[in-house]
Amino acid sequence: MSGLPPYAGFGERLWYYTFRVICGLIFLFLITPILIVIPLSFNVEPYFSFTPGMLSFKSEAFSTRWYLDILQNGMANPDATTGWWADAWSNSQWVRSMKNSFYIGILSTLISTALGTLAAVGLSRSEMPFKNAIMATLISPMIVPLVITAAGAFYAFSQFNLAYTYSGLILAHAVLGIPFVIITVTATLVGFDQSLVRAAQSMGASPITTFFKVQMPLILPGVISGALFAFITSFDEVVVVIQMAAAEQRTIPRQMFSGIREQISPTILAVATVLVIISIALLATLELLRRRSERLRGLSAS
Amino acid sequence: MSDTHTAAVMAADGTPLKARLARAMFRRKLDAFLLVLPLLVFLMVFFLAPIAWFLSKGFHDDLFATEMPNTTAALADWDGSTEPTEAQYAALVTDLIATRKTKTIGKVATRVNREHSGARSLFTSSARKAAKLDAPFKEALIKTKKAWGDIAVWQGMKAASRTYTIGYYANALDRRQLADGSIVAQPEQRQIHVKLLIRTLEISLQVTLYCLLLGYPIAYLLATLPNRTSNLLMILVLLPFWTSILVRTTAWIAMLQSQGVLNDLFVFFGVTADEARFSLIYNKLGTLIAMTHILLPFMVLPLYSVMKGIPPSYVRAAKSLGATNWTAFWRVYAPQTVPGIGAGAILVFIVAIGYYITPALVGGQDGQMISNFIDFHMRRSLNWNLAAALGTVLLVVVLTLYWIYDRVVGIDNMKLG
Repeated sequence: MSGLPPYAGFGERLWYYTFRVICGLIFLFLITPILIVIPLSFNVEPYFSFTPGMLSFKSEAFSTRWYLDILQNGMANPDATTGWWADAWSNSQWVRSMKNSFYIGILSTLISTALGTLAAVGLSRSEMPFKNAIMATLISPMIVPLVITAAGAFYAFSQFNLAYTYSGLILAHAVLGIPFVIITVTATLVGFDQSLVRAAQSMGASPITTFFKVQMPLILPGVISGALFAFITSFDEVVVVIQMAAAEQRTIPRQMFSGIREQISPTILAVATVLVIISIALLATLELLRRRSERLRGLSAS
Repeated sequence: MSDTHTAAVMAADGTPLKARLARAMFRRKLDAFLLVLPLLVFLMVFFLAPIAWFLSKGFHDDLFATEMPNTTAALADWDGSTEPTEAQYAALVTDLIATRKTKTIGKVATRVNREHSGARSLFTSSARKAAKLDAPFKEALIKTKKAWGDIAVWQGMKAASRTYTIGYYANALDRRQLADGSIVAQPEQRQIHVKLLIRTLEISLQVTLYCLLLGYPIAYLLATLPNRTSNLLMILVLLPFWTSILVRTTAWIAMLQSQGVLNDLFVFFGVTADEARFSLIYNKLGTLIAMTHILLPFMVLPLYSVMKGIPPSYVRAAKSLGATNWTAFWRVYAPQTVPGIGAGAILVFIVAIGYYITPALVGGQDGQMISNFIDFHMRRSLNWNLAAALGTVLLVVVLTLYWIYDRVVGIDNMKLG
């Protein structure tokens, strides 16, 4: 269907170009809001809109003050000349929430990736009993509304002093990451040749050696992209954090949430820009992994 | 046929081969299951059990029964319509003194207040004086507060004293359980939950429809363009998918608010006057726009993967047999995309119906959804029982859809990116 045949009539031509324009507008709808935050975050004024100065590209209408504010907000002494970075590292609100986000994200990813990969290996075996019911259970954290997950976790965890703790948040986020690990790793295992496992075992390898030396290297791209999905899920998650985190455990999305509700300032836009750049980096990593995985499975020409 | 029984094939050690095979198969099944077991246990402990425990609060509430044991016992065989007896008043005074000592009177008062409004102040003020009262307690209590003579207060206590109650579910569906156990509709101005549920379904349905309208053309374009171009355009779908929901919501605030980018453009092109800017956000419209944007990739990705698998030769064949472009599309191509439409639509609807963040930030008054109410009862009004009952209603809807999704698409076919 791509490309227009030479015999196309006027109506067909008209529709062909109209269709492309419609699609262009939809793509514009998808991408504009994400790109618009980048120039807006360099606004010198504390507004969420383009000033006349910005539109005529005057250099004094732009500034990096909101990026500086990310670091300074909450600092003990932002004007000090010595120990500025140490102060920002230990006192800045945004830096602290960045540290929380990575701490909770990485630990919960480790749990969900380890347990999820193991389960995916079991699920991909043909002799797995109750496969469909188990799969439905393992995917359910993605389906159950987050408000219910958060309320359940908060209610149950608070009986064991796990609410308002890092451990509680990590466990709850690990649960949320599991479906993504299961989906990506089982998808990778579909292309995995089970006779390789039998070959390794027939040559005397123990199941553990087989797993780490034969199976793991081949499914590694799938495991890593599953882990990235799990990490971004935790990194993005805010409903559970709103319900379960104390003030000092606030993550970036939580900080943004109260920022939008309470004192909306372009600092939010600066943080948003940083996050957009992080997601571009993640997307690129995933794309590279996908290509590598396809090459390994011989699905596309090298 | 009896020959086969006598001549069963034996394994080397003399046991029947069939039994050996069954045992080997069982071992392999067990092996596979043991790999999944740790995760199942993990989910059971940190996900399924907590939710089940929490949702059980929707019908189980033992606060009044534990804190006011004497009153509960006295109310057990009261029919709910005769004049309360002196024994009931005496039990009440004993319990009021005890709960004031343990400082739980506030909780008890709040609990009864849910059944009979106005009971909170009645309980807290009378609890302060209860220790000084002398028998007969009936006259003494009514003397401190006239309302104690009102049978409705007692009916409220009777309702609160039930450990297992359907009162919260009744409330979640805008009904009310009376003291005699019958269920009636709430007064008109307190009927909010059914309306809220209908609004939630309506918003989710609209978002699903808009996602389909916007997602179908671009999925078609992506599926039919050459790989190199479609991979590039795919970035425009995947980048929003990977960007934080908070970032996208913030971006829509910047776009849509009255001093925002879109309104500035409208004023610039003379669509509207500077003083009459459109209110595009902090209402239902804002919720619809932002949610459609956020959920659009969930529609495009399944549609794309289905369309990618449709051989272009079918449409060509239809055309060579004389079909017009429209007929070829509508009668040949579109029916083959129905599985993709089903997968995308159910997925978008499931995610939309439980949405919380975007309505909370850009929804204003009329853009709030059921999740926002559950959160309100969890963190603000602290009526966890009602939150659990509302949560159960929401969960039942979602799980039904999940079951349909499994039937229509199959969970194994779920793909990401």
